[in-house]
Amino acid sequence: MQIKQTSKEYDVIIVGSGAGGGMATKILSEAGLKIAVVEAGPFYDPANPDQMTQMKWAYDSPRRGAGTTRPFGDFDQAYGGWEIEGEPYTQNEETQFRWFRSRMLGGRTNHWGRISLRFGPDDFKRKTLDGLGEDWPITYDDIKPYYDKVDKLIGVFGSKENLYNDPDGFFLPPPKPRLHELFYIKGARKSNVKVMPSRLSVLTKRINNERGVCFYCRQCARSCSAYADFSSGSCLIFPAQDNGGQIDLYVNSMVRTVTSNDEGKATGVSFINKEDKTEYKLKSKVVVLAASACSSARILLNSKSKQHPNGLGNSSNIVGKYLHDSTGGGRMAFLPQLVNRKIYNEDGVGGMHVYSPWWLDNKNLDFPRGYHIEVWGGMGAPSYGSGFNVNDFNKFFGTKVGGYGDILRTDMRKYYGTLIGMDGRGESIAMESNYCEIDPEKVDEFGVPVLRFNYKWTEHEIKQAKHMQDTFEEIIHNMGGIILGDKPGKDKNYGLTKPGEIIHEVGTTRMGNDPKTSVVNQFEQLHDVSNVFVVDAGPFVSQADKNPTWTILALAWRTSDYIVDQFKKQNF
Amino acid sequence: MDRRDSLKSIVFGSIGVGVLLEGCVSGVDSKTVARSMKKFNYGRTQSEKDYDRLLFSKKCFSDNEIKLITNICNIILPPNEYGSIVDAEVPELIEFIAKDIPSYESPIKKGLSFLNKVFKEKYSKNFIDCSDIQKKEYFDLIAYPNPEFLNSDQDDMVKWFTIMRNLTMTGYYTSKVGINELGYKGNVPNVWDGVPKDVLDQYNLEYEQEWINKCIDQSKRNDIAVWDENGNLIS
Repeated sequence: MQIKQTSKEYDVIIVGSGAGGGMATKILSEAGLKIAVVEAGPFYDPANPDQMTQMKWAYDSPRRGAGTTRPFGDFDQAYGGWEIEGEPYTQNEETQFRWFRSRMLGGRTNHWGRISLRFGPDDFKRKTLDGLGEDWPITYDDIKPYYDKVDKLIGVFGSKENLYNDPDGFFLPPPKPRLHELFYIKGARKSNVKVMPSRLSVLTKRINNERGVCFYCRQCARSCSAYADFSSGSCLIFPAQDNGGQIDLYVNSMVRTVTSNDEGKATGVSFINKEDKTEYKLKSKVVVLAASACSSARILLNSKSKQHPNGLGNSSNIVGKYLHDSTGGGRMAFLPQLVNRKIYNEDGVGGMHVYSPWWLDNKNLDFPRGYHIEVWGGMGAPSYGSGFNVNDFNKFFGTKVGGYGDILRTDMRKYYGTLIGMDGRGESIAMESNYCEIDPEKVDEFGVPVLRFNYKWTEHEIKQAKHMQDTFEEIIHNMGGIILGDKPGKDKNYGLTKPGEIIHEVGTTRMGNDPKTSVVNQFEQLHDVSNVFVVDAGPFVSQADKNPTWTILALAWRTSDYIVDQFKKQNF
Repeated sequence: MDRRDSLKSIVFGSIGVGVLLEGCVSGVDSKTVARSMKKFNYGRTQSEKDYDRLLFSKKCFSDNEIKLITNICNIILPPNEYGSIVDAEVPELIEFIAKDIPSYESPIKKGLSFLNKVFKEKYSKNFIDCSDIQKKEYFDLIAYPNPEFLNSDQDDMVKWFTIMRNLTMTGYYTSKVGINELGYKGNVPNVWDGVPKDVLDQYNLEYEQEWINKCIDQSKRNDIAVWDENGNLIS
């Protein structure tokens, strides 16, 4: 294959433009470094009318928004999904891992739930507390200043609650609860489940003159054209460009390997341009991987050389190991008190206005670690699927289900906005036996060897999922709701989602002080190769019952400061 | 500055998938395809556009089948002062979705042809030429699933009717006229300031003062956020 090489040398090549890559781009470019950002998908700007889906109606789509081409529906802003044509992955026999990828500038930050939770002090030392997994080499105090800076730079609403393991930050004020959320608050409290305002990176209040303020359309998953939610492009990369950063964006460019020299040091990356399917090489003093936990592991494992026969940074044989996703479980209910409810605009922000942080002490439970509860429901915009089984709830009133004619209109109106749902998102235990590796048999359409997944939930996660179901049922009962569907039993792992489905996969290049049992040090720098860093969720030692993004951002900032400092000391 | 200026385009020209597809258009003339493509403007990527174009260029149902579908959907949800399933473009949705989600195609077609068979045997006429009373007499037999059974265990025509009812309802209520009839009030820029007072009263609910004190004062939403060193908002 023909390989083309440019003569230009960058200070830093950043692979990927999601949360970690965006933060590294901003901090490193603002320090005056010359940056190349290499992104596997196309350029994307949430304000570009040709790409925008915000404020579209279902009827703007010929399939009324159905999820045929995008798994979360036509208007969701993730170009990709769990399956991408031409980019397969494989599994060992028992594994059912699902790998979500979004190929576009900003990556998955364009569609994510904006749930922005700091880890707490306990989340960095779980092994000390329960003997499972491993402690982080850093503490909450090490990262706290960076969480604070991320809060102020990007914006997050929330409230001061003085909870030890759910630390407060620099919050914008939260929006008031919706009607179904008021029912949830009452129902949850009856079961002694704490409820508080949610913490989402949505601007309920202006933070600067460049970004807009939320106008309450509930469509954060479509990426905000007013830049009033956090997406990596609109909040990090574009401002870095506007600040005069020397940033070259290489889009539709799939990185194959990190290249290295005879001394084993990284020299840049090789990538395949998706448009001409030709391989190119870029040179740099430092390489920052931010391609997502599994993609970065794949790049490292594919970067084999004489000096790094086991893949780059993999002398420990730990790259790809300790892969773990959040646990997930959910339940929904019909609230009969909401039949024929008054209709008003309750769109609100994209996501819940209230949530429950983990509220129990594991000493009294048969599983380790916890989960938080997310709430959904209410009067959403009609989209494909609205009106299906329109009068199924008639069965609760002893009237006929089905039929035709004007009665269906009455039923549609009657049951509109009467659903409520709860989702548990919890912490799993990082296991060495859960990992991704290179499949020796298979390559993708660019000829790059693909990942093979090996993953099995343990009893810990299954018991946690059972606890979720019991809790949801109790809260639904307290709310006067009618539980829908059968309770998932042991045969279904109590409704536990498949690993990868919650899209919080972390841990594949884990952080530690010992080069034998970890891939990167506390500054996310490869133990083996001092000029390569990983700033996605790969370095997570454990993931907490908190969504990973805020911690990715804080760590990426901390690492970027370290890189700038090392440049000043001329260490690269 | 145009943010695209920083884009490093090493190669020019894209792969001509769109062009390739134009060559194998079958069933629908290219002008109609172009009109459909222009009508739906919803932020597609190139490959998504190519896929839509491919679907628009194929035909799933014959003109007679579409007439029959329109007739059936009109009985499932008759027109009223807000509009009709025709205004809501329900037949167009069914045509599109049967190509987009191919598992729909065969059951819908089989149901349509079975329906005509039943009516031919009974009245020696196609369904569409029978009276409303005759049509409804048959629908009464298939429109009510047995509540004791799962959908998969229902009679085939009951299942077919459920599909037709579901697509009719979703097609209508995701259209401009249907959304208007339902009265959905969102998808417009606005300022959320809590559940209306009369609704709270209806459910004997009220906001707790302690909770409300934490929430956004919407009159200050445009004031740039400033905090003291302890994270207390002071603007």
